[in-house]
Amino acid sequence: MNQQLSTDERARMAAHDGPLLSVRDLTKRYGQRIGCDDISFDVWPGEVLAIVGESGSGKTTLLNCISTRLPATSGTVTYQMRDGQPRNLFEMEEAERRHLLRTDWGFVHQNPADGLRMTVSAGANVGERLMAVGNRHYGQIRETATDWLSRVEIMAERIDDQPRAFSGGMRQRLQIARNLVTAPRLVFMDEPTGGLDVSVQARLLDLLRGLVADLGLAVIIVTHDLAVARLLSDRIMVMKDGHVIETGLTDRVLDDPQAPYTQLLVSSILQV
Amino acid sequence: MITIPTEQQPLIVRDLAKSFTMHLQGGRSLPVLANAGFALKAGECAVLAGPSGVGKSSILKMIYGNYAVNSGSIAVWHEGAVIDLATAEPRAVMAVRKRTIGYVSQFLSVVPRVSTRDIVAEPMIARGIDRQEARERAETLLARLNLPSRLFDLPPATFSGGEQQRVNIARGFSTNHPILLLDEPTASLDSANRDVVLEIISEKKAEGVALLGIFHDLDTRERVADHLIDVSAFAPAQAA
Ligand SMILES: Nc1ncnc2c1ncn2[C@@H]1O[C@H](COP(=O)(O)OP(=O)(O)OP(=O)(O)O)[C@@H](O)[C@H]1O
Ligand SMILES: [Mg+2]
Repeated sequence: MNQQLSTDERARMAAHDGPLLSVRDLTKRYGQRIGCDDISFDVWPGEVLAIVGESGSGKTTLLNCISTRLPATSGTVTYQMRDGQPRNLFEMEEAERRHLLRTDWGFVHQNPADGLRMTVSAGANVGERLMAVGNRHYGQIRETATDWLSRVEIMAERIDDQPRAFSGGMRQRLQIARNLVTAPRLVFMDEPTGGLDVSVQARLLDLLRGLVADLGLAVIIVTHDLAVARLLSDRIMVMKDGHVIETGLTDRVLDDPQAPYTQLLVSSILQV
Repeated sequence: MITIPTEQQPLIVRDLAKSFTMHLQGGRSLPVLANAGFALKAGECAVLAGPSGVGKSSILKMIYGNYAVNSGSIAVWHEGAVIDLATAEPRAVMAVRKRTIGYVSQFLSVVPRVSTRDIVAEPMIARGIDRQEARERAETLLARLNLPSRLFDLPPATFSGGEQQRVNIARGFSTNHPILLLDEPTASLDSANRDVVLEIISEKKAEGVALLGIFHDLDTRERVADHLIDVSAFAPAQAA
């Protein structure tokens, strides 16, 4: 069974014409401390939302709650499944949620080691997700894996190497290939360019930007780097101390920030 | 008087006000525009005129959605319906940018590693034009702007300032948006390339595009403008 979406299917999904993901009144407390407080927003198919803010502002907490990797204290997250039905993620069976995470979603971690299996080959890292959606034909899996490695600019001859032998930039590109191979509709990214040097970052950003546009992915990306948000996102949500401070079209928020905190954030960056 | 946008009059600005609040400077308020109002007609080019700092660029940026609007409306004819850009949701602004309002500037930041040809073709592809055809049209436009064809395959990161400007201009003019905002597209171009841009503007008018531009050079302004919009007339009382 092949669960990858054809263009037709995507068009049909888009015709459902509703948000892919709806977050309502989402709150996460760690004891007394607020992780994120009363957050609501929608993400539509093909839309890229950047969550920006300083370290400790609750960005990652929010991302982990939405992606059900962390239990929320209260609130709901509704996701439009591939059959067009909206489902409350917090009421889903664990097995179903895991299936979603492995197939219809991607999660790109800041540290590639968190998203890759470091002791199996690059090809197997990509192939594993294909097997999770029911692919069993070894030759086909290897072919698709090779194709994806080339899309993320990893040479085919490295397919049998373990990611341990890869540079940071290559590992990150491998993690992206692993996530995108099942044609997910929604990808979460937590500081995907975080640990990389500037030139490697630039290359990764170009690659991501191209893939997101070509595949029509919806993305929720957490970053403290406004230049990354500028380059990749359509919309921005600015967070501080677990609260949403300002939200809007990316260039509007960056060119004409309204909230005092956003003005501070934008002004402390030399060139966005 | 027509107050709702139509295909013939696709953009109507009314009572537009803009001020900036500088929270980092004790919340100081800088009023820039009050009661700005004008309309654009299909097939004509209106030019925003007035001294430096009067708010010309701010008007373009509010229409394109880069700047927030304090009050007033920016009604646009978008695919057979009317949208008020002053209050529209980000998604609606994105749809208007994709289909209805294009922005021509020399200074759009370009993506470093994408080929020049693809940078120019990208907005056409996003609007559903076949990739091959979009690339061919991109080449034609770049050639018109006298960019050597040996540069088409290269990313513009290493180009001269003037070459990069022409890539951005080609990108801005490549689409068939019914409304185009022109942010000083001819500034610092040599006269041959300036003439090409003026020629493209004439063609856009003939195609029925409604244009709104900023041109500092008086001679250029004379040649393109069907109307002048005196932005100093929209100065807020406090600033006058
Ligand atoms: N993002 C911003 N934040 C704060 N103030 C701004 C911002 N953008 C513009 N201004 C101020 O608004 C006023 C109008 O600026 P604007 O750029 O619209 O003028 P202009 O007519 O385009 O001038 P020029 O002819 O010099 O380009 C100026 O006082 C400017 O300093
Ligand atoms: Mg200006």
